[in-house]
This record gives sequence, C-alpha cells and structure tokens, in this order.
Amino acid sequence: MEKALFIVFAVIAVTSAVNVVIQRSPLYSALSLIGTLISLSALYVMLHAQFIAAMQVIVYAGAIMVLFVFVIMLLNVPADAPHIEKQKWLRYLGPPLGAIMLAEAYYVLEHVPNWPFPTEPSARSIGTTLSVGMAMFTDYLLPFEVTSVLILMAVVGAIVLGKREGD
Amino acid sequence: MGWIQLRKGPNRVGPGGLLQPLADGLKFMFKEDIIPLQANRLLFALAPMLFLVPAVMTFIVIPYGSEVTLFGRTIALHVTRFDVGLLYVLALASLGVYGIALAGWSSNNKYSLIGALRSSAQMISYELALGLSIVGVLIQSGSLDLVKIVEAQGGWHGLKWNVFLVQPFGFIIFFISALAETNRVPFDLPEAEAELVAGYHTEYSSMKMGMFLMAEEFNVITSSSVAATLFFGGWMGPGVGTYPWLSIVYFLAKVFILVFVFVWIRFTLPRFRYDQLMTLGWKFLLPAAILNVIFTATVMMLFPGLR
Amino acid sequence: MIPLSWYLWLSAVLFTIGAVGVFVKRNAITIFLCIELMLNSVNLTLVAFSGYFADVGAQLFVFIVMTVAAAEAAVGLAIIISIFRNRASLNVDDASQLKD
Repeated sequence: MEKALFIVFAVIAVTSAVNVVIQRSPLYSALSLIGTLISLSALYVMLHAQFIAAMQVIVYAGAIMVLFVFVIMLLNVPADAPHIEKQKWLRYLGPPLGAIMLAEAYYVLEHVPNWPFPTEPSARSIGTTLSVGMAMFTDYLLPFEVTSVLILMAVVGAIVLGKREGD
Repeated sequence: MGWIQLRKGPNRVGPGGLLQPLADGLKFMFKEDIIPLQANRLLFALAPMLFLVPAVMTFIVIPYGSEVTLFGRTIALHVTRFDVGLLYVLALASLGVYGIALAGWSSNNKYSLIGALRSSAQMISYELALGLSIVGVLIQSGSLDLVKIVEAQGGWHGLKWNVFLVQPFGFIIFFISALAETNRVPFDLPEAEAELVAGYHTEYSSMKMGMFLMAEEFNVITSSSVAATLFFGGWMGPGVGTYPWLSIVYFLAKVFILVFVFVWIRFTLPRFRYDQLMTLGWKFLLPAAILNVIFTATVMMLFPGLR
Repeated sequence: MIPLSWYLWLSAVLFTIGAVGVFVKRNAITIFLCIELMLNSVNLTLVAFSGYFADVGAQLFVFIVMTVAAAEAAVGLAIIISIFRNRASLNVDDASQLKD
C-alpha cells in the first residue's frame, strides 16, 4: 500500500519535472513545478515529516512559486522559440549528459544497504512541530538567526534591484 | 441583504425570497459558456477549479462536534485529524492565490489581468497577518491540532474561549485578514463591479463563473469555521458533556453568526482604495499581529495557570 | 516498507532532470525554475535520511535550504526584472557581452 502511494507520487513528481524542462512557455513550466512541489510534499508526509511538508506547501508552492508566476505575468515573458536559438547543439548534448549523471548515481546507490524504516513511536514523532521547534531553538539556534539576517538582506537587495531609475 | 440596506431585496422566489440562491445557481448552469477567442483554454478552464478546491478542502480538519455515539459506535466528528492541522489550513489559503492569478492571465483581457494581480498581491499580503494572528492561539493552546485547540477551550462556562481569554485582538486581526483573504468588501476592489469591470472574472460565464462565486462563498464559510474553531471554542457550549449532539448545534450556530457578520459588513462598509488596502495590511495589521504575539507570549509566561 | 534507495533514486532523477534543464533551456526564468527543482531534490534526500535515521537535524537543514531558496528567488527575480528592463529579452544567449 505504501509502495503504491510512493509510486503514484513519484510518477507525478517526475512527470511534472520533465514537463518543466520540455514546455516552451515559462508559465507552464512554473505550473508543472508547482505540481512537483506538491507531490514532494506528499512524499514528505509519508516520511513522517509533517512540519516540513506543510512548510513546503506554504513557503515553496504558496509563496516562492507565486513570486515566479507574478514575474512571468508582469514581464509577459515570451515562449521559447527553438528555431531561432543560437546554440542549438546544446539541446542534443543535454540528455546524454543526464544519462551519464544517472549512471554515476547508479554506481553510488547500488551500495546503499536496506535500512529499515524506524517504527517506534519516538522515531515517528521526529517530524512533529514540537520536535522540530525544540531542536531549532536549542541546538540549531544560530542557523535560525542567520537565516533571519539572510532574509533581511534579500528583502533589501530585491527592493534596490527592482527600483526603476528616477524612483 | 435588502433588509440591511433598507431596500426591498428579492422576495419572489419561495417564501420570503429564501430560495433565491438556488434560483441563482440554476440560472448559472443554464447560461451559455463563453470562452474568449484568444484565451488560453486549458488555464481558463482550470482556474476556477484551482480556486474552488482549496476552499473546500479546508473542511476536512475542522472539528464540528465532540464525540457522538451512533448505533453503538463512537464517532469523532471531524473528517481527519492532522498533527499540523492549522498549518494545513494556512497552506490551502496560500494555494488559493493561483486560481485568481491564472483566471486573470488566461482571460486575455487587461482588466482581468490587473484585477487578478491586484487580488493576488492583496491575498499574499494578508496571509502574513493571518498566520501571525493564529500564532497567538497556538501559544495559548500549545498544539497545531484543531481538535486539541477546541478541547483546550472547554470549561469556565464559556469564558475560556480564546476570544475572551487572551485574544480579543487576535480575533479582530484574524477577522480583518480573513476579509481580505476572501476578497470580501471592504477589500474587494479586484472584483469591484463599478471600477474594474468585475476584475478577474470579467470573461467568465455560466458554470465557471458560478464556480468562482461559489468558491468565494465557500471561502467565507471556511474562514468563519476556522474562526469559530480557533477563537470561539468550536463546538463547546453548555451541556455538551451530557448531550454530545448539542455540540453540532453550537458549532453551526457560531459559524452562522460569523457568516452573518461577514455579510453584514459587506453591505455596510464602502470599499477601500487599493493603496489604502495595502497600507492597512503591511503597516498596520502586520505590526499589530506581531505585537499580539508578543503580548500573548508575555501573558502566557506570567500566568501559566491560564493554559 | 519502502527501501531508502527508492527515495534516493527519485531524488537523483529529479536532480538530473533539473541539471539537464539548466543546461538546455535558454530562458532565464526557466533556468531558475530548474535550479529550484534541483534544490527540491536535495530536500527530498535530506528528509528521506531524516526519516530513516530519526534525526531531526536533517529536517532543520531542509528548513534552512527552503529559506535560502526563498531569499535567492527574490533576489534572482529582481535581477531578472532589471535585466529585462534593460534588454527586453530574457534569452541568456543575448546576454553574452562579457564573453570574448
């Protein structure tokens, strides 16, 4: 049963990811990426990481991708026109390189042992908000504070870069 | 509606006009389904569904009653119970933005696009205040699980409801943010009938338009249910321990009163201008929500017995 | 019982698709989307390991990665907007003035 769910979500994720690369219009690519993000969120729930799954939908699919969709709509980004591309030979070089990368992944992954998924309740409660919150504010407090500074820098940077001249 | 505005509302269909919404819905199904010529057909058809589905999906986590016994089995009255139920509600609110943005884009109409972008910007701005106002409830109840939040509001003859205990401001901020999130007056400039030629759903007709309007009403009911659960004690009320079926009555009564307030505000207040709306969201509600969180945290630390 | 390697394979496949996308596509925003795809595949690896070893630190790492991705998306899109304002074209082949 779990395997069936995994296969369903994995197929949706991979299909949407391939669609991101194949589509010519950036808006369709963005929408396909949203599909990938949501199916990944479902996989996170299957791994008992509920907080991260909710965060993925709220932050990634709900805010970052909205930003992408906004920019695509505001700039009215034109669809790709493959017949006037300058470096068309890249399109034929890409998939073989991808196959080589997958072969390397196979070389590494065939040695991964079959660790069992932990089933004791203490392991299952790792992904709850309580445990993530406790870890975030005790052991991992510094990265948390640093990310707040990072976001501040990003906000300032985005505003400065996005200004028109004469503003 | 007509009563609030001191005019005669529709009173022909059914006794006293009660069947009017039904007649409106049927009318939508019979109208011709027009798709603009240059519109993007796939997205045009997809957008109302993208708007409707998150609005309806929120109901599965809301507890609308305590445990009841039916035919010898104890049934807990909520569809499912998530550990992160409240985050799930926020996530669905975030996903609702796509329906509107794609509706405006795919209509191939500049008024639709402007209305859609304004509406999306408004929705994502008020999501912040919405989320932060919920944090106050979270601090007080200690759990994201909506069932536990409701149960934490029991006792003290109704005075332990979150809205009385620590969160009157939390409720007000949540309510204003919910008004903006659901694009209701006074925040409905993006779909204003007098200004932007009905904004992002200009080009929609028949069932797709019906889906948009239905989704907006669903959003109102959803926001009221969430507000009732978080701030008004959900299904709590006198006598629930002995007669568990009363809990459903209490919950429905609370949701009904909140929906009535939504409709009341709609026909009373004039509309905000767009820059006033964004100023309100960022410069007033967001700091107010943060102050609410600080205030709640302080009170919770000073009086631990209130939990 | 899903073996851990299935999750790792899925992550590798997503990463490869993202990498091929960055390589092949010429539109700046689409390249950006493929970068986000790669970041998500790494997130999946981290969460998979966190689940199988019951370690919460990996999930915190995912949280940080998401935050960094958000910040980078904001700044990157601002840069793309200003490039578009100056050139009216988002094709990265047209922005090759620093070459040669």
